[in-house]
Order: sequence, then structure tokens, then C-alpha cells
Amino acid sequence: MAQQDPTTRGDRVLEVTGVSKSFAGVHALRGVDFELCPGEVHALIGENGAGKSTLIKVMTGVYRPDAGRIRFAGEERHFGNPLEAQAAGLSTIYQEVNLVPLMSVARNLYLGREPRRFGVVDVRRMNRDSAETLARYGVEVDVTRPLRSLGLGAQQMVALARAVQIEARAVIMDEPTSSLEPREVETLFSVIRELKRQSIAVVYVSHRLDELYAICDRVTVLRDGEVVHTGEMAGLERLQLISLMLGRTMSAVRDKGSTAFDTARHHKREGVPALRATGLTVRHRLHDVSLEIHAGEVLGLGGLLGAGRSETAKAVIGALAAESGTVEVAGKPMRRRSPAAAIRAGVVMLPEDRKVEGIIPNLSVRENISLAVLPRLSRAGLVSRARQDEIVDLFMERLRIKASGPHQKVCDLSGGNQQKVMLARWLCLNPKVLLLDEPTRGIDVGAKAEVQALIDELAGDGMGVLLISSDLEELIEGANRVVVLKDGRVVGELEGDGVTEHGLMDALSSAPEPAAGPEQATAEEHQEHEG
Amino acid sequence: MSSITWGRATLDRARIRHVLQEYGVYAALLLLFLVAVTLNTSFLSVGNMRAQLLQVTPVLVVALGMALVIGTEGIDLSVGAVIALAAAIVPLYLGYGFPGMLVVVLLAGAASGAVSGTMVAFARVQPIVATLALMIGLRGLANIINGNAGKPVTDSTVAALGTGNLLGIPVMTWVAAGGVALVGLLVRRTTFGRQLVAIGDNRQASRLAGLPVRRVLVTVYVISGVLAALAGVMLVGYSAESDPSTVGLNYELSAITAVVVGGTPLTGGRVRVLGTVAGALFMQLISAVLQQHNIHQSYQQIIEAAIICFAVYAAQERGTR
Repeated sequence: MAQQDPTTRGDRVLEVTGVSKSFAGVHALRGVDFELCPGEVHALIGENGAGKSTLIKVMTGVYRPDAGRIRFAGEERHFGNPLEAQAAGLSTIYQEVNLVPLMSVARNLYLGREPRRFGVVDVRRMNRDSAETLARYGVEVDVTRPLRSLGLGAQQMVALARAVQIEARAVIMDEPTSSLEPREVETLFSVIRELKRQSIAVVYVSHRLDELYAICDRVTVLRDGEVVHTGEMAGLERLQLISLMLGRTMSAVRDKGSTAFDTARHHKREGVPALRATGLTVRHRLHDVSLEIHAGEVLGLGGLLGAGRSETAKAVIGALAAESGTVEVAGKPMRRRSPAAAIRAGVVMLPEDRKVEGIIPNLSVRENISLAVLPRLSRAGLVSRARQDEIVDLFMERLRIKASGPHQKVCDLSGGNQQKVMLARWLCLNPKVLLLDEPTRGIDVGAKAEVQALIDELAGDGMGVLLISSDLEELIEGANRVVVLKDGRVVGELEGDGVTEHGLMDALSSAPEPAAGPEQATAEEHQEHEG
Repeated sequence: MSSITWGRATLDRARIRHVLQEYGVYAALLLLFLVAVTLNTSFLSVGNMRAQLLQVTPVLVVALGMALVIGTEGIDLSVGAVIALAAAIVPLYLGYGFPGMLVVVLLAGAASGAVSGTMVAFARVQPIVATLALMIGLRGLANIINGNAGKPVTDSTVAALGTGNLLGIPVMTWVAAGGVALVGLLVRRTTFGRQLVAIGDNRQASRLAGLPVRRVLVTVYVISGVLAALAGVMLVGYSAESDPSTVGLNYELSAITAVVVGGTPLTGGRVRVLGTVAGALFMQLISAVLQQHNIHQSYQQIIEAAIICFAVYAAQERGTR
């Protein structure tokens, strides 16, 4: 690269100093410093809730910071809204394309600043210019077609072209590649290189480490609202980068931490696995993911944000349509794949997003618990109140659900009690396999310990459990085995004494895969070398 | 100190709101009834009460189905047209006797509901669009069936359903009361009813909990269609003629009004059966009172609009989400 090291230049496009922001008393950002030099590609990374999106929103004027200064192009600026930021030369491209799907491509490109002639829009010029502009971004389409007729990748390019055309000095890209094909990623990268040549700075937010190493010059790591690292991308080891994100020191010993787990209580049954998923593939999300869960064991599913953990669980129960792959429950293949069919087969999933996918907010605790088991409590469609009460009372007591009574609305409960209600909904079905997606997220310490002890108990009773957790400690101490996912592929499996933080981070930081799909063998070979 | 009193004031306001939401419609109905009787003692006369019941009952029957649909966060605009279709079919099949005719008419209502339900549940068409299409199409179909003209219907059983009495109360009101009891049982005590409400409150969570979301949605629209068809037969009996171009006009709006005034939220997740009964009676009573005191229809409409706005405002949940 012919360019000189951007950090040595004196000027800064964007300079954030000591910015703090809290929501309802919870700190989202604490004293964050961030600087962006002209012509650099600056990676901004961190796990869920680290404060990336809050920082972007503070920079572009969606939120006002509680404290701190933001300088843009040498002046102190507090933008009132993203449009103002854009007009000043700071554009943002979000994951979802923020354009008008029904308007033509050219219209979208020139929305709000159409070329005019005699007071009316000069459509011919607009179309001609659009086609020329887009050709430089590798998009060759009929610009008079509505935007929505384009593929997602091409739409993103239009958004990018639009962002850059408005005399941008800096462009923030929030997960620009999440819906792109590998070929489109290449196009995006060449566009980014072109931006660098024009001295336009890029803030690049992504979870895909390979991409960060491919295109970024510097990196800022956020964790729990604070900057934990800023530095050159080159020379920073993957392992180190991951441990910075996760906030774990690279200790090799498996020490007993603060969780309530006791894996000695698990009782793995050999033989036919309770659940076997083979070759699950979901477009853009999962590539040939296979796993086995035996009765009486807790299988951990590890990986960074966006690695495909929740998607794997959802594909198993049929909530996410898989392009290919099979699921067997206790040796019997599941032919129809839907949440209802999975429940009948004895496989249930505790969803990650309790509010959206879990609770029925305005119904009572009692109805939320008995929701899935209702058909089994009914005769000729009439619900037996007595049997319903019996089950509800049993599980409210067993899981120690604190509510004013079974008739309290579930949305009035605390997060931990809501989670217990969700667990009760599934446990009263007496499932063979329990898929738990972040079972202890957002619940208080006491409830967390109770849930962890419950997981042990269930595994001890012979249930097969899949545990997805972003909490490394929970994953390592709770699981007998851990399958590690990365970019929707299985990149490693840890077993027995190999279940350590070190082992997990090793697997996470493994070298990039070839972008193409089918040669999964390489991943397995690779894992053998690592292990 | 001041913050504490403020806190208590909001608490009290929340409680008042809650009481208003739960029992407001019954209190308003009672109050309005007393006003009506005070202003005009002949309001209590048997003739007047009968006339009021005969007018409100078909609306109530349609509103019961509408309440179920609204409970799933949907809406059914096709019910007025289903009434017209039912009315058109009545004279065609009376030759097979009353029971045979009734079966055919109710099946037609079920078929119409199955069409809109399938569009909503499987093709994911928005309920308002799916049922709007049927609303337009079915009335056209009904007019074609009847040759674009009204037909007199003189069958004695149909007439008995539309105008007859049993123990001093209109036959159709007995039928509607049975419908209220059945729908109430359906909502409160059956698997289907509880699933319906859960789907209306959080469809995604319901799907992940393994509920048969599509089947429940289709069934709800089928029930709404059947009830509308039943109301159609009642209206033919009442007017002794079958005129698809006018029968059941605007019934979808009256039914929605009854449901909303009865306190069922349009956002789904709750079905108030008795509230819907009270809502239908309330709207009937208010128009009767205004009519009897010679208030021009234009003013009536404005007053009704104000009531609807107030009911929707009062039904809004505050502070729980």
C-alpha cells in the first residue's frame, strides 16, 4: 500500500473525547475516546451491549451525550440528527438499507438533491449520472428499475454510493457484509480501498474478524461501554483481540468461578444421541453445521456474536427454514420441521429474546406456563382447570417463581421470574432435549444461580441440554462439551479437560477459512491441528 | 413529600383507569338506560323494548365473531357482504326446508371465512386487505345470485326467526344469547380460545411455543363468517325479503364499534364477550334515545364518533409496555 501511515498525520476527521451516555441509570458509554484519521479504515468491535451502536448514535446525533466532546473536521459539533451529520460529511450505512424500496435506483441515489433543469427534475441526467456512478461500485443495473428489484448486496452498494456522494469525509458502516455474498464483499472492499485513496475515513463495524484483518488499519475495542484497546490492526493477534473483546485473561487452568454449576452431577448416556443435527445450512447464516447431544449431557455452543448460535438452535426446531440438513431425535428423523413438530418430538427451545419470542405479555403466569401443554390438559378441546392448576402450582413451587399469584400478568414480573415462567412452560412438557439460548441473560444473580443449578439437575435426570451463552464462565463451567461456531461454521469442538477458556479462544481465533462453502473438511482438519 | 403524593395520585389514576376499562361500559350502559327511561317512560314499553332488541340482535351476532377476529389482532370487513350473500342464498334453498337452507347458508359463511382466513394465515395478506376484497366481491356475487333485485321471503320459520317471540323475548335474541354463551365458553374454557388470545398478544412467541397459529387464524375467520351468515338469515326474516344490495350494509362498522366500545383492544390479545354485548346494547340505546328526541341524524353520527374515540382512548393500556 502506497499510503503513509495515517496515524502519523496530525489532522483528525472525527475526534470523540470523554463521551459518556447512560440510559435510566445504566451506563452505555463511559468516558469513551475515539479518533478517526483521514483515509483510514477503523474497526470498531465489541460484544453485544459493549456500546458500539450507542457510540455510533452519539457520533451521528441520534443521541446527545451526557458528557464529553465530539469534534468533526476540526470543529466541535453536536449534531441534532443524522441528517445534519450527513450534510456535514458524516454518513452512516446501517445493516438494514435505509432507502425507498419502491423508487427507482437513480431516484434513491439522488433523493433530496435531484439535478434540476428549468425547475423540474432532470431525469435523463440523473439516470445517466447514476449509471456511471454505480458502475464504479461494480453495480451494473438498469437504474430506472425500483430499488427493491435489486439484490440486497446491490442495494447496499447504492446506499454506500449515496453516502459517499454527499461529499462525505467519513462513512460509518454498521455490519455492511452481514447480508452480502463473498463476491459482493470483495466489491465492497475495493470500494473501501477507493475511499481510502480519496482520503475518506471509514468506521467499520463487524463481527467477522477475518474481514477486519483484511481491510482495517486500526481497531478500537469496546467492552461494557468503555474503550479497552485502540491500536494498529497489524501485529495484534487474533487470540489477543478476542480476549480483549470478551474481557478474559488467557488462563489455561479451568478454575471454579462464580457460577453454580456442578458438571459432576451430569450423567451422560452413551448410545444413540438424543438429538443429532447433520449439515444444517441456512442462507447467509449457517453452513453445514452438525452436532450431537446425548441424553444426560450439557453441550455448550460457543462463538462470538453473529457466529450462528441462535440460528443453529432455531434451525434445529424448525423456526428458521433450513435449506438442507437433517435432524434426528433419539434416532428418529424429523420429517416435518416446525416448532410444533419439534415439541411433539420432545425438542424445545428457550428463545434468546424473552420479550419478543418468549412471553405472552398480557396473559397470566398460569396461562404462560400452560400455553404449550394446553392440548394435553384438554379433553374434546375443553381445558381441565384442575389439571392446569396442578401443573402450574407444581412448577411455580419447583422453580420458586415469585409472583403475587398465578393470575398475575407475566409482563409485571421481574426478568428472572419471567425466565422461570418460560422454563416452566417447557419443562411441563417433559422434553427429551432442551435448547437454552442465553438462559441467564438479563436476570438477577439469585435467579441466575437457580437456573444454573436447574440445568445441572435436568442433565442429571437424563435430559439432553444445549447451552448457548455469551458468558464464557457459564459456558465452560456448565458444559461437558463445547462446539465452537464461527461465521456460521463449526470450527472446533472441546471435550473433557479441553473445555477451557484457552481452548475456546484458540478455536475462536483460528485462521480464516476459504470463502467458498462446501469444503468443510478443512475446518475439521484445522481443528485437529489446534487441539 | 410532594413526590410521594404525586406517586399516590398516579397510582390512583391508574386504578381509576383500570376500573374504567373493566367496568366502564356496563356502568355507561346502565346510566344511559336510566336516562332513557327518565326522559321518556314509554321507553320501557314492551313494544319499544322488543323493537330495540330486534334491531340490535343481528349486530350483536356479527360482533361476537368480530370480537374473536379482533382478538387475534385482525379485522373482518367482509361480514356485511357475507350477510348479503346469506340473504341471497335463503330464497334459493328454502325449497329444501328451513334446516337444509340454514346448513347451506352457514356453509357459505364458513367458506367465505375460510377464504379470508387462508389469505391471512397462509398468504400473509393483511386482514384489512383480505377482508376488504371479500367485502366488495361477495356483495357483487350476492347481487348476481338474486338477479339484482329484492325477493320477498314468506317462509314462516324464517319469519319466526326474524320477528317471532318466545316467552316474550324475540326468538333471534334467544339464539344470540346462546351464541354469547358458546363464544364465552370458547374463549375462556377451550384450548382454542386460549390459543387465539395468545396468538393475538404475541404471534411469534405463540409460534415458537408450538401453537397451531395458522389453523387458529383460519378457524377464527370461519367462525366470523358463520355468525355473519346467521345474522343474514335473521335479517331476511325480520324484513321478509331478500335484497342483497341493501341488507347488511355497514354492519361491519357497527360490529367493530360494538367490539371497541365493549373494551376489546384492537391490538389483540384479549376478547371481551360480555363487553361486546354491552357495547352493542350501548350503541343501540344511544341511537334510539337520540332518535326519539328528534335529534338529526348528522348530530347522532357526531356523538357516536365521540363515543368511539373515547372508548378507544379508555381501552389503551398505559405503562405496561
